[in-house]
Amino acid sequence: MGTEQEQRRKERLDRGIKVRSDGLYALMSWRELSYLTVPRMVLIVGFLILPLIMPSMYWERVISIVCIYALLAISFDFMAHFLGLVSLGGAFFIGVGGYISAVLNHSLGLPPLVSIAVSTIVGALICTLVLLPCLPLRGVYFAIVTLMYPLFLARLIEALNILGGTDGIMGLDSFPGRWIEQYFMILMVLGFLFGMRRLVNTDLGLVLRAVKDNDQAVRASGMSITFYKAIAVFIASAMGCLGGACLVHIYMWAGISLFALDFSILPIAATVIGGSGTLVGPLLGCLILVPISELLRAFGTLRIVFYSLILVGFIVLRSEGLMVYGQRKYHQFERWVRV
Amino acid sequence: MEILIYGLINSVNLALIALGFALVYGISRLPNFAHGALYVVSGFITWTFLRRLELNYLLSIVLALVIVGIVGALIYRFVLIRVRGMAISEIIASYAIGLAILEGFRWCGFKGLTYTLPVFVPGSVLIFGIPVDYHRMLVVGIGAAIVAFLWFFTHYTRIGLALRGMAQDERAALMLGIDSDLMAVVAMAFGSALAGLAAVLLLPLGNIVVEAGYNILVLAISVCIVGGLGSWMGAVLAAFLIGFAQILTVVYLGAHYQMVVALLAIILTLIVRPSGLFGRQKELEERV
Repeated sequence: MGTEQEQRRKERLDRGIKVRSDGLYALMSWRELSYLTVPRMVLIVGFLILPLIMPSMYWERVISIVCIYALLAISFDFMAHFLGLVSLGGAFFIGVGGYISAVLNHSLGLPPLVSIAVSTIVGALICTLVLLPCLPLRGVYFAIVTLMYPLFLARLIEALNILGGTDGIMGLDSFPGRWIEQYFMILMVLGFLFGMRRLVNTDLGLVLRAVKDNDQAVRASGMSITFYKAIAVFIASAMGCLGGACLVHIYMWAGISLFALDFSILPIAATVIGGSGTLVGPLLGCLILVPISELLRAFGTLRIVFYSLILVGFIVLRSEGLMVYGQRKYHQFERWVRV
Repeated sequence: MEILIYGLINSVNLALIALGFALVYGISRLPNFAHGALYVVSGFITWTFLRRLELNYLLSIVLALVIVGIVGALIYRFVLIRVRGMAISEIIASYAIGLAILEGFRWCGFKGLTYTLPVFVPGSVLIFGIPVDYHRMLVVGIGAAIVAFLWFFTHYTRIGLALRGMAQDERAALMLGIDSDLMAVVAMAFGSALAGLAAVLLLPLGNIVVEAGYNILVLAISVCIVGGLGSWMGAVLAAFLIGFAQILTVVYLGAHYQMVVALLAIILTLIVRPSGLFGRQKELEERV
């Protein structure tokens, strides 16, 4: 250690206001109150006025798509970082939810809002059931099986010519109006976002995080890992199925493209870019990625290459993501200290 | 008899497809989701050398295998090694690389029926009254040779023994002076070259299409799971099991259901015996 060359390191300390607002004192001054609520309010209010400031019908549609991807991304983040299961098949949830909703609407004539609700629950049940065999296992099995299902279901529908075959099911009812459509989607995303943030801190959430970190300890406490994983997969797949069900009613069409790779890769990319394990990060990632992806629509499958490369770049070089970085800057200050 | 012969051929095909995946997973515990992409890549490289540059067929195959091996090694050395041991990142990164390669090819316009490789030996012969072309027989022969070669390689050469040592116990291997990072790169290069070999052997029987990448990945994974992830001999035996099962389904149920076999095989294996037929992992480690 040379005397001329000072050894320095960066020190990070929590801001005083963060420490104060962690406790009850938060209620004592406007400054601390706003420290807590302003970021959340910016997100909520910003999201709610989005539909009002969009220039054209086309971009209003993009908001709904952002919401669908956001639901998927939040469910991916929840499964990967609070449960330890990597799902490579967001398209599977979208497809199951979408097709169920399409069949209910087309064959039974249920109105969209009913068929969306039913297909969310039923779809989530189906997804959980078919994923059940790989839940008691650790390791890569879940990723593998979720990767296979969408490929395989698309192939099956094509080969057996069921559910409309390659043409898909056309002529579905749309939402009663475009305001209803957009605000329904936005409220769902916000509801699930804050709901999940609550959930991961409840008793159930604690058990789930324990399953991720040390499953033997959970088992030693006399709790069934499979049961808890199944509950979490049910919740996550319900979000995916909800997204799928809404998607078919937005486009008034359900087809094999519901199993397209975009639905699998974009939420993962959004999660990694936005910040894994924060639940808000994926939403942020979707808000960035989906509009870019819409602008690049002309490039076709090159978009998937683009997401994949961004994903690899972020995961290798900047694995924390934007949201974690932002939170750090917000809550902490940094200074150089002499060692 | 027909079932026996075609089952045998199909099984050898599956074994060829799965060996590369099994090798990489067995040695560095890396589920290589870019396996299918490497398969397609080597097909296209061979095609380019053969048709565009008009090289000798054998030479272009050898070059393609070398290039794919190097590509695999580079992918591992520069990307995957940085996320080694982080299960979530490993899966996502290798999957994203595979997708980028495959969809990149699709975008470049490599699709349709124009991309074909010639068979090695044209013509066919009647075996017990069933026509079998020479190429398929050659594939079976080469497949058997590869399995034998791998066995000798891993039992009697220094690198092979080092690879096996790492597969069995990485820390002990490190203590004995085996460079585990280097060996993982070697394993990835070998795995990629095996994917490439499967490609040049199997692609002459059909077209080179991007979709094959996904099918190959799914098949490789299902064979490996049924055989037990990380066990090479298990993968070979599982290839026979799935291969014959597929042919039986095609004969008795119809070609649509061929893919169902792979999925059902995985699900059944996971329910009944998660470590696979010959899994080396202990039941306790796997089943939490």
